Amino acid sequence: MSVLVGNNSKVLVQGFTGSEGTFHAEQMIAYGTNVVGGVTPGKGGQTHLGKPVFNTVTEAVAATQANTSIIFVPPAFAADAIMEAAAAGIGLVICITEGIPVQDMVKVKSFISDYKCRLIGPNCPGVITPGEAKVGIMPGFIHQKGTIGIVSRSGTLTYEAVDQVTKAGLGQSTCIGIGGDPIIGTTTKEAVKLLMEDPGTEAIIMIGEIGGTMEAEAAYYVKEHGTKPVVGFIAGQTAPKGRRMGHAGAIVGGKEDTAAAKMEIMRQCGIYVVESPAFIGQTVLKALGKD
Amino acid sequence: MNLHEYQAKELLYAYDVPVQKGIAVDTVDAAVAAAESLTAQTGTKWHVVKAQIHAGGRGKGGGVKLAKNLEELREKANQILGMTLVTPQTGPKGKVVHKILIAEDVYAPGASEPKEFYMSILLDRSSGKNVIIYSTEGGMDIEEVAEKTPHLVHKTYVHPNLGLQAFQQREIAYNLGLSGKAFKAMTKFVDNLYKAYLGVDASLVEINPVLKTSDDGIIAVDAKVSIDGNALYRHPAIEAMRDLNEEDPTEVEAGKYNLNFVKLDGNVGCMVNGAGLAMATMDIIKLSGGEPANFLDVGGTANAQTVEAGFRIILQDPNVKAILVNIFGGIVRCDRVAQGIVDAYQNIGEINVPIIVRLQGTNAKEAKELIDASGLKVHSVILLKEAAEKVKEVLG
Repeated sequence: MSVLVGNNSKVLVQGFTGSEGTFHAEQMIAYGTNVVGGVTPGKGGQTHLGKPVFNTVTEAVAATQANTSIIFVPPAFAADAIMEAAAAGIGLVICITEGIPVQDMVKVKSFISDYKCRLIGPNCPGVITPGEAKVGIMPGFIHQKGTIGIVSRSGTLTYEAVDQVTKAGLGQSTCIGIGGDPIIGTTTKEAVKLLMEDPGTEAIIMIGEIGGTMEAEAAYYVKEHGTKPVVGFIAGQTAPKGRRMGHAGAIVGGKEDTAAAKMEIMRQCGIYVVESPAFIGQTVLKALGKD
Repeated sequence: MNLHEYQAKELLYAYDVPVQKGIAVDTVDAAVAAAESLTAQTGTKWHVVKAQIHAGGRGKGGGVKLAKNLEELREKANQILGMTLVTPQTGPKGKVVHKILIAEDVYAPGASEPKEFYMSILLDRSSGKNVIIYSTEGGMDIEEVAEKTPHLVHKTYVHPNLGLQAFQQREIAYNLGLSGKAFKAMTKFVDNLYKAYLGVDASLVEINPVLKTSDDGIIAVDAKVSIDGNALYRHPAIEAMRDLNEEDPTEVEAGKYNLNFVKLDGNVGCMVNGAGLAMATMDIIKLSGGEPANFLDVGGTANAQTVEAGFRIILQDPNVKAILVNIFGGIVRCDRVAQGIVDAYQNIGEINVPIIVRLQGTNAKEAKELIDASGLKVHSVILLKEAAEKVKEVLG
């Protein structure tokens, strides 16, 4: 079992013929993901990586029955690409693009609420269900099929957690990179909820960072409805107030969104909080009573 | 990107937001000329000399002064220009004042009592909507107001597609206790301020204080505007307003190499790929008994050039006692990064601080072999846990 992506995913690549889109589409196909085609306006009718290219997402959906889209479109056009996918009836849109203006995302969030569409990202590594489908830019080989679900705002820090889980002899059910921007389609809480309700997931790792209140909201959800152990880490314990740490959303504004405050709330909600990111794998074993 | 007060006021004025008039200058003579010209334009008798630095609390640090005649103006401009201004937001080192704003005096008495308000517009992350925050308690630290008297801080959430509505503008003016001409002026002020916020892709517009003048006008006396860096591509004129004097020189240099760098005060430098892992690496340094000297994300395309530039920038800081390189290779191949480290070592020459290199992921094994075989004084590790232990060891 898994969530969001799996054997039934039919994936469309928006920004298919660009260098990023090409490189990662190749990697996804090599992993075994069912990539059914791509969209690049003006290049419809061509074939790229052995798959058909369409001018619009609507055309692509009609021809391929795609249900998932991954977006590699440059920041100035990415908001438009998300809305196009939603309007074409795509149920899951994963936006990798980093650097979308935040006011564009305010409009996108409102626009897609009219459609039956879940957005993951932007500014995220994507989603992977090991052994089934990789819809993202993560290195496939570090993953292993298993029962640990991972939710994270970061890219490489997620890989770190995945690697520790794999080395601990466990594997992953689904890893969801929700993205590092101030406005993202799926919050920590929503992603944790998906994994909590997934029968194939035994435990959840939740990786957050400074800025915003998403981790606190997820923690309260875990306290109320949690049925599985949750291990949590918040990056940025040493980040100074008011300075942006790489991610557009990673900035300490007040007392509530520091790493220490979030970790305290998580602890109070019964989450196994890891102080050092070096001990994520070990703590999952402990939480499962396997150490 | 942060702007100076005088730049922020220029942007707002272009959206018909009434502002306290002023002229930015960088010499005392120009300050006197500016004051004369302002008196001619506005009839103002007194002038305010305001230091232009990227930090709040300027008044508390002696960076804002009233001058009642041109002699006083000359004296105060002379005091403030070139001074190192320390405010609660600059840190103990303070900031050198390169520019001052000569502004009209807007508190002149008249038919009604002047009154100060607070107003800001920013993104509310959890609702995904823009929010206008305002208060009758102007001219004060809003965080303090929110803590002590939360009922005096109001919020208006704006519909993402339909924008700020007329009833919302009226509600704001009523909540601020206004009536008559001032009420009307406030609805217009808020309307245009919101248009300006959207128009310039601001991530924050903060007006503290907003002033009801003695003739019932509403004007922005101070203005803080920050622009969303991701949206600068559509505002080249605003991008040109960037003042490099206000930024850390090493951060400016790092930007030239597309390195995402933030200078900190610790003793262990770090170089990492990915922002989340970079923050986590800083945390590891702290847990190992050190303090991070910087945040540095080399991005997804780390190569020999960027690694070398990263080393050079970190090594400029004399407080750095050790450097931790932490790369999780996904798309990035670790052996290429390792080669970059070996090359950088040879190109830079004498590096006297211990370097701990942790390379994991794609081709990690080859990378470790490459570094071990190079004969360099580099501690090579594979697990994050080992990296933490090594940091402790070299600091101890």
